[in-house]
Order: sequence, then structure tokens, then C-alpha cells
Amino acid sequence: MNIIEHVGSFTKLMKLTLTIPDRWSMFGRQYLREIMKLGIDSVFIDIIISLFIGMAITIQMKLNMSNPVLPGYLTGLAVRDTLLLEFSPTILCLILAGKVGSNIASEIGTMRITEQIDAIDIMGINSANYLILPKITAFISVIPSLVIISIFSGILGGYGVAEFTDTITVTEYTQGIQYSFVPFYVTYAIIKSMVFAFIISSVASYYGYTVKGGALEVGKNSTKAVVNSSIIILGSNFMLTKLLLT
Amino acid sequence: MIEVKDVSKSFHDGVKVLDNINTVFETGKTNLIIGQSGSGKTVLMKSTVGIHKVDQGHILYDGRDITQMNDHQIKMMHREIGMLFQGSALFDSMTVLENVMFPLDMFSDMNTEQKRARAIECLERVDLKRAIDLFPAEISGGMQKRAAIARAIVLNPKYLFCDEPNSGLDPKTSLMIDRLIQEITHEFNITTIINTHDMNSVMEIGENIVFIYKGQKGWQGNKDQVYDTGCKPLEDLIFASELYKKIKKAHFTLKE
Repeated sequence: MNIIEHVGSFTKLMKLTLTIPDRWSMFGRQYLREIMKLGIDSVFIDIIISLFIGMAITIQMKLNMSNPVLPGYLTGLAVRDTLLLEFSPTILCLILAGKVGSNIASEIGTMRITEQIDAIDIMGINSANYLILPKITAFISVIPSLVIISIFSGILGGYGVAEFTDTITVTEYTQGIQYSFVPFYVTYAIIKSMVFAFIISSVASYYGYTVKGGALEVGKNSTKAVVNSSIIILGSNFMLTKLLLT
Repeated sequence: MIEVKDVSKSFHDGVKVLDNINTVFETGKTNLIIGQSGSGKTVLMKSTVGIHKVDQGHILYDGRDITQMNDHQIKMMHREIGMLFQGSALFDSMTVLENVMFPLDMFSDMNTEQKRARAIECLERVDLKRAIDLFPAEISGGMQKRAAIARAIVLNPKYLFCDEPNSGLDPKTSLMIDRLIQEITHEFNITTIINTHDMNSVMEIGENIVFIYKGQKGWQGNKDQVYDTGCKPLEDLIFASELYKKIKKAHFTLKE
């Protein structure tokens, strides 16, 4: 399949997916299940990664700003803005593309090769809508919370460095993270992450739903889902930054 | 009753998989589609269900032509169909009871207690009440097939399709599944279509047998006529079967 055929068949799948659910009660049940699986189950990895990245960024920023002319609070400011603008909405989503994307693609792919999706279709149910819509909506609605948690965890990691090492003082760090705060950056981070959440869940669902063959193809398509959603995320990151920040 | 009229079907490579098939699947009977692997029997079944669009011809469900229906009408039509898949196709994340309740959750207005009662009634019918809280991975292949039958009949379908219901099962369990499908067919007066290459099933429950050979209808009849068909490819298929070898061996033993 070439790229145009992929875009065409992705669009057709989304047309089937983004329709009114056959039964709202079943949608609600699936939605809550996905919130749990894609969102709550990702909180731990979200906190751990962000904490360590926050620590590393703080040390690196301090090393790069060792010039005595630069005020000490700049390190905290740089850590905050790096987390807010790039790490938490973009890099975190790239990491989640691996965790959540492969999970979605392999789950739907396995259902495809074991005829579970055919069984849903034969019952007269729109299988794309039943399986994919709850995943997309759940991931989009849970991602802002993951991003906010990530930002706070990263900042906390940096605070830990200030508190327990002699790299930077706590006063400098806390002054820096409060200095010249732009509230729109939070909105920007949330908008970006929601777009990325749609990309991850829809691209992974597409690769799972269109699996043909056996277990080997499920594995291959899961890998394709992660690779392609990562590339699309990075491309749209550039476009969204240009659109929203300039 | 399902009537298949002048149905032909080709795939992208241009090879004709079904070539002008004409047949009738009767209500209240077990209708078997038999043939060698690659003969076109699965395509015939999938075309009859509406999974494949046919190139020409008509498929009438009690007079309603599925080939003329739009996607929404086919979706509505599918609600009258129960289907048993080769690999059972039970949902891994649900228990046996939840699997059987699933069609009720989607389409019925019953409350939870009523749905549960109806699902248990169907599981009792297939003798699987003791496994209601187990997941598909925790039960045997035969039990999975029975659970899938319970799910297929829970909405009282008019038409029941079974794709290789005996695949992966031992002969004794296969026989039990065959008899269960036949009993259900008679009990609920369903039009049942079974896609199989198991000659045991043919001899046991073949009330209306359609033999497909190289995309064409080779022969049609019932289990009592199957040994005297005059159809060479069908005779080859029968004589190659383990069942025939056993009958032949028994015949010679008796003679001696």
C-alpha cells in the first residue's frame, strides 16, 4: 500500500469510527475501561519519567548557565519552560506512543485475526465505532491530566536537585519557576497533547484494525503504529508550534 | 429459507471463485456446504452472509435480497443472524456469561437481571452453566464452541451460520457439537448453514448438502444419497476421508 492508499483507508475508518454509538450505555462502559487502561495505568510511568527528566534538565541547565552575568533564577525558568513547552506535551506523548500505541494496535489486531471483529460486525454492530471511539475519546480526555502531572513531577524533580545537591539553591530554583510565567503555555501544552493523543490512538487503531494474517503481522503492525505515529507527532509538533506560538 | 440465485464472485486477481451458483438453504434443516480446501465454500458462505459483495446474482433471505441492500439494511439484517466462527471468536476480555450477554447488552431493552436470566438459559441449553464465570482462555475448545453457540442463539436468530464448527475438536466432541447444532435447528426452526469438510458431520447431520467443486455446485442432496452421487470429485472426497476408510475396514472384517 502506498501513502495515498493508507490516507484513504484511514479516512474511511475514521468515518466509520466517528459516528454516534449504537448504545450509549455500552460506550460509557468501554470509555471508563479505556480511561483506566490508557490513562490511569500510565500515571506511574508518567511520574517516574518526568521526575528523572526534571532532575537531569535542572543539572544540564545549571551547567550551561554557569556564566556569573546570568542571574541564578534562569535555571528554574528554563526548566519550567522546557517541561511546559516541549517535554511534557511532546516527548511524553512520544513515550506514550510506544506504550499506549502498541497496546491499542496489538489488542485490536489480535481481535481481528481471531475473528472477534468479524463476530461484532455479523451481530450488526459497527465494530470500528464500538472498539475505536472509546479509545480515542478516553485518551484525548485523559491526556491533559497526564501532561499536568508530568509538568508538576518534572518541576518537583528539579526541586529535589536543588534541595539535595549543591547544583543550585532552593531560593534560585523557586524564584526561577515563578518568574515571568505565561499562562498560555499551559493551554498550548494541553492543545498539543490532545492532538497527539488523537494521533496516537487513531493511528494505532488503524494499524490494528487493518491487520491481515497472523500473530507475526500483529507484531509488525504494532511496530508500524508506533513508528508512524511518532513521525506524525513530530511533524505536527512543528506545525502546531508555528501556528500557536508565532 | 435462503435462496442463492446465479451467484458469481471474483477477487482482484480475476480468478472466479464462485461461478453461477444456484441453491436453496432450507428452514428447519441443517444445510451443509462441503468441498475441498480452496473450492470456494467459505467464499459462498461469506457472500451469503453479506461479508463479501457478489459480482452478480441474488441472495434472498425469505424473499429479501441482501445483494440489493445498503450498508444500514445489511446491518439490520445481520441482527437476525447468529454466527459460529471457526475459532469461536469469543471476546477474551469477557467471561463466558458476559460474552453471551453481549448481544443482549447491545440490542435488547431487558434489564440486567432479565439479560442474565436469558444468557443463563442459553448456557444451560448448551450444558455450560458451570463455566459462566470463566474466561474463554480458561475453558476447552469444545466448551468455547458451546459458549459461541449460546451467544449465537441468544437473540433467537432466524438464520445460523457455522464456519467449520468441528475444527480443532476431537471426534467425540465434534459429534456432540454437530448434534447440538442440529437439535437447536429443529427446536427453534432456524435456517442453519454449516461450512465443513468433516465427513463425519456430513453423515451425521447432512439434511441438505451442497457440494462445491472449483467454484461451481457439483452436487446437492442429503446424507442418504451421498454414497451414490455419480459426482467423481465428491466420491474422491468421501473415499479420502478417515470415516470411509473405517467403514471399508469394518466391511472387510465382517466379510472375513
